[in-house]
Amino acid sequence: MLESAAMRKATSHRSPPKYSIGVFGWIRANLFSNVYNTIMTLLAAWAIFVTLPEFIRWAFIDSVWYAKDSMVCREAAGACWAVIAEKHRVMLFGTFPFEEHWRGVLAIAIMIGLAIISAFPRFWSYKLFGAWMVAIALVLILMLGGIFGLKPTGTHEWGGLPLTLMLFIGAIVGGLPMAVLLALGRRSKMPAIKAICIGIIEITRGVPLVTILFMASLMFPLFMPEGVTIDKVLRAQIAMMIFFGAYGAEIVRGGLQAIPMGQYEAADAIGLTYWQKTRKIILPQALRIVIPAMMNDIIRAFKNTTFISIVGLFDILGATATSLEDPLWVRYAIEAYIFIFILYFCFCYTMSKYSQWVEKRLSAGRNL
Amino acid sequence: MIDRAMSKRHPHNVPMIEFINVNKWFGEFHVLRDINLTVRKGEKVVVCGPSGSGKSTMIRCINRLEAHQEGTIRVVGTEMTDDLRNIETIRRDVGMVFQSFNVFPHLTVMDNLTIGPIYVLKMPEKQAQERAMELLERIKIPEQAHKYPGQLSGGQQQRVAIARALIMRPKIMLFDEPTSALDPEMINEVLDVMVELAQEGMTMLVITHEMGFARQVADLMVFMDEGEIVETAPPEKFFTNPKSDRTKFFMSQILSH
Repeated sequence: MLESAAMRKATSHRSPPKYSIGVFGWIRANLFSNVYNTIMTLLAAWAIFVTLPEFIRWAFIDSVWYAKDSMVCREAAGACWAVIAEKHRVMLFGTFPFEEHWRGVLAIAIMIGLAIISAFPRFWSYKLFGAWMVAIALVLILMLGGIFGLKPTGTHEWGGLPLTLMLFIGAIVGGLPMAVLLALGRRSKMPAIKAICIGIIEITRGVPLVTILFMASLMFPLFMPEGVTIDKVLRAQIAMMIFFGAYGAEIVRGGLQAIPMGQYEAADAIGLTYWQKTRKIILPQALRIVIPAMMNDIIRAFKNTTFISIVGLFDILGATATSLEDPLWVRYAIEAYIFIFILYFCFCYTMSKYSQWVEKRLSAGRNL
Repeated sequence: MIDRAMSKRHPHNVPMIEFINVNKWFGEFHVLRDINLTVRKGEKVVVCGPSGSGKSTMIRCINRLEAHQEGTIRVVGTEMTDDLRNIETIRRDVGMVFQSFNVFPHLTVMDNLTIGPIYVLKMPEKQAQERAMELLERIKIPEQAHKYPGQLSGGQQQRVAIARALIMRPKIMLFDEPTSALDPEMINEVLDVMVELAQEGMTMLVITHEMGFARQVADLMVFMDEGEIVETAPPEKFFTNPKSDRTKFFMSQILSH
């Protein structure tokens, strides 16, 4: 290598052509590379030119940011962002008692805080699962009250962002292990286990989430013996968990199939048992492969929490809709929904960017 | 004839691997036909034959990576059956090295080596690491202990795979074309480790087409074709005067280039 470099005469270095580098190079390559591309660029530029100034006027120039009451907004020609300040408590916490909102804030902080910690691969271990169990217990104490002098607050009072996050995190923390077990079960050599797992996966994947939620909330109680009731939020939670688990199972199965047979054989030849082989050799590799696809489903699970308003629970979107039933503010729904849009976008885009980051990080320096 | 052929072997040593009338089918395909073979303690047996002749399948039956359907396989006195305990016992005595290395890419070299002792032999981590370092010295890559397999050359990976098998202190080592996937300049570093192992008296069953290696270490050559053992002979006889035409034809093909 060194020798051949020394022997080779250095040819003089030439710069690439001017038109292919820099800003002009980029514009040429990406916006005007051919006739269709040029037409699309011009159309898009025209659309931006027509809509953007009007939007800026509405959103920023003629808008109202603070208002004592909605009458101030009536006189303005632009957006009424004051609706968010006015209604944010209801939007974020639904019907949770007003003076107990600090408990909701604390619950949100715990969930988001641990989610951030969980994002770093260096913390990935079975201990993290334990940490989540503790976090979930704390969140439940905060949200349910009734001990440590906290005012009891039933699940029927839950709503807004804490409910959205709880259902989301519950679906993931419960659904991921379920996905792994279902995927392993589907590949099992034991016919009964295999049949049960295929059944759960295929039935769940065969119906929409809305149907499962309806079944959980309306039909399920009919099958229960008299006097036995299961909390509505819990039923919705289990439904979401199973839904996520069934879809996740197929993703994990894809990862399991991507592991070369040689890995299984080498583990067998060493004498590892089935569970040792699965835990130490197969799953660490398979799960790493499926991170991008799994993050995709996790983001979807986050957005799927909005479906629970169908069964009468108020997630953040449902709580917002409720808050806008106030006749004084109902005409400013667009502004409120833009706020919710931004909130959802922040969560989902963060997760999406994170997925790219972690994928890159895990593949660095390893030959998979 | 057979008696003379056995002259260089160790007829009084205990049998480590016994195949008695073993048959196996993949679906309708008869992949192993009436296999009879005994490998005694300390013997080095080299198996060759064209691809698809069943040699891989045969040695994979020894530690149950494949299951045979008829006949008896006995490994260090334990008969291979469906019983998980028998399979476990046998796998503890048998180390295996694969053509495609099959090192664990998500574990460091050190962890590749210690996973067996820690989980199968229940050895304390410290002791396992010491044993691993000894082996890494022996295969001459102690400085790579904390790297991942992806950062190693093919020859180094295969040596790690050998060490991963040896760390379990097996009584038998199986090699399934250990150098076939290697670049030519890396073959010798792997063969050197195997020769050393042979000289220490390990019982070895090796599938390889490295005839130089076979001449150097083999006590017995086995030629397989179409699922049968066509010929078994000590190397001096096997290379100079093979009995069967199929062996002659095969040898002419692999030695012609």
